[in-house]
Amino acid sequence: MKNRFKVLRAEQDWTQAQLAHELQVSRQTVNAIETGKFDPSLKLAFRAARLFELGIEDIFQDEAAS
Amino acid sequence: MDKLKADSNDFATNIKKSSVRNLYWSVAWVASIALAAFGPRLIWDFATLPTILGVLISLGVGFGMIVSTNRYIQGLDELGQKIFLDAAAFTLGVGLVCGLSYELLEDIRLISFEPEIGHLIILMGLTFMAGMIAGHRKYR
Repeated sequence: MKNRFKVLRAEQDWTQAQLAHELQVSRQTVNAIETGKFDPSLKLAFRAARLFELGIEDIFQDEAAS
Repeated sequence: MDKLKADSNDFATNIKKSSVRNLYWSVAWVASIALAAFGPRLIWDFATLPTILGVLISLGVGFGMIVSTNRYIQGLDELGQKIFLDAAAFTLGVGLVCGLSYELLEDIRLISFEPEIGHLIILMGLTFMAGMIAGHRKYR
């Protein structure tokens, strides 16, 4: 699964630590999501969508579908 | 930046507190096991009542440690839980396979001493540590 975490974080001018704080996860988790090593749960994906005020599909894309 | 703060405290602080609490429980459990193991021999000369109390205390503290560990895991984020679960599953597998083989060694007379449960616990502890380190490295 691809995601736009890094781009969206950069647009907000947040560090990984700031984003991790907002999402209530570790910085390691944010980094793992950004680098595509870890796919978040639906719950965390919704949390991110709420934070960025976007739809989930605007943040995460299915690689197989694209 | 304050959008999600209302429904949660600081994640890192909570994890740190939870880790420290879990460490205290673990140290208390080791101390209670030491008391139950060495107390009868060194302190109360195998008197029945304190010996039973020693075992009950170690069981009680042990269950406290289990509850504390469970709370610690619940407090981790999903990646943390995954790393912990992977390491625990690996440890369980290694413990089962190596434990049974180790126990077998005496039965088939490849070793002359009685297998010690302590050796298995040391192996499981080291395996879990290795699993946690490997997990954190993988998602670094």
